[in-house]
Amino acid sequence: MKGLKYITAGILFGIIMAKSEAISWYRIQEMFRFQSFHMYGIIGTAVVLGVIAVYLIKKYRIRDIQGNVIAFQDKDRTWPRYIIGGTIFGLGWALTGACPGPMFVNIGYGYFAMFIVIFGSLVGTYFYGIIKDKVPH
Amino acid sequence: MLELLSQPWPWYTSGAAIAFIMVLLLFYGKSFGVSANLRTMCTIAGAGKKVKFFDFDWRTQKWNLLFLFGSVLGGVISSTILKSDEPLQLSAATVNDLQTLGIRFDGQLNPSSLFGWEFITSPKGFLILLLGGILVGFGARYAGGCTSGHAISGLSNLQIPSLVAVVGFFIGGLIMTHLVLPLIF
Repeated sequence: MKGLKYITAGILFGIIMAKSEAISWYRIQEMFRFQSFHMYGIIGTAVVLGVIAVYLIKKYRIRDIQGNVIAFQDKDRTWPRYIIGGTIFGLGWALTGACPGPMFVNIGYGYFAMFIVIFGSLVGTYFYGIIKDKVPH
Repeated sequence: MLELLSQPWPWYTSGAAIAFIMVLLLFYGKSFGVSANLRTMCTIAGAGKKVKFFDFDWRTQKWNLLFLFGSVLGGVISSTILKSDEPLQLSAATVNDLQTLGIRFDGQLNPSSLFGWEFITSPKGFLILLLGGILVGFGARYAGGCTSGHAISGLSNLQIPSLVAVVGFFIGGLIMTHLVLPLIF
């Protein structure tokens, strides 16, 4: 089955997030209060290694499993959407302690209250789709 | 081995593993970004008939939904086979701060005073979680990505817009944590 590799990658992701407590509301609070290095260590390590990996992939023109050279899309160079959208996202992140990935990992973990958060995030996504052309990007 | 994996993972293991996942998805010809699934779900629910933003062939995102499904399974495995009985090692300062907000630290991943049955079935509790979700979903799509898409994929590719988005995540997070939470709790 072609999709199995994505499920496997997802399982690994879920285990990482849960076992390193990145899905914890407490850990997110600790991060936004600058009272522990834990979350900064996780994100920092991932970014440093990610930068090196992306650099090497570009430099050696590494190919993906379909044989295509791995390409990277540059993000649009506008600013309002990133700063305003990012701030709105951050408000929700600190309130629920969950960004989109951990919401679902938490469901698997048994925190079914996250269904409310997920439902909300779908409502929020839908709302953005409606007013997309009316907000500054 | 199972015993070793059951212990809470240190940050460097987790950080390295997240970078590995990002590279793995690149190698599969995909891009690591979880919140795109929320848009896909809206499309599957039929939002594309009314709103153009959701009018796309969701099958191109099937891989991402499978990834998300896997992450739910990862949560299941973590709370069963890999379950640890050790309480979460939260910093004493955070325990104190939360105490003054009236949120008791119970050693679990998430406080029962926020995610427990009693709170979420109260109008206040339900609205807080719903509103939090709305902010996350709206903000992620507005910013064009969440923690995975911007903080991990974007920063790894040295994208300044992603850095701006991450700064935004922190502005919002700090406002919520230090200014709004004391008003709510």
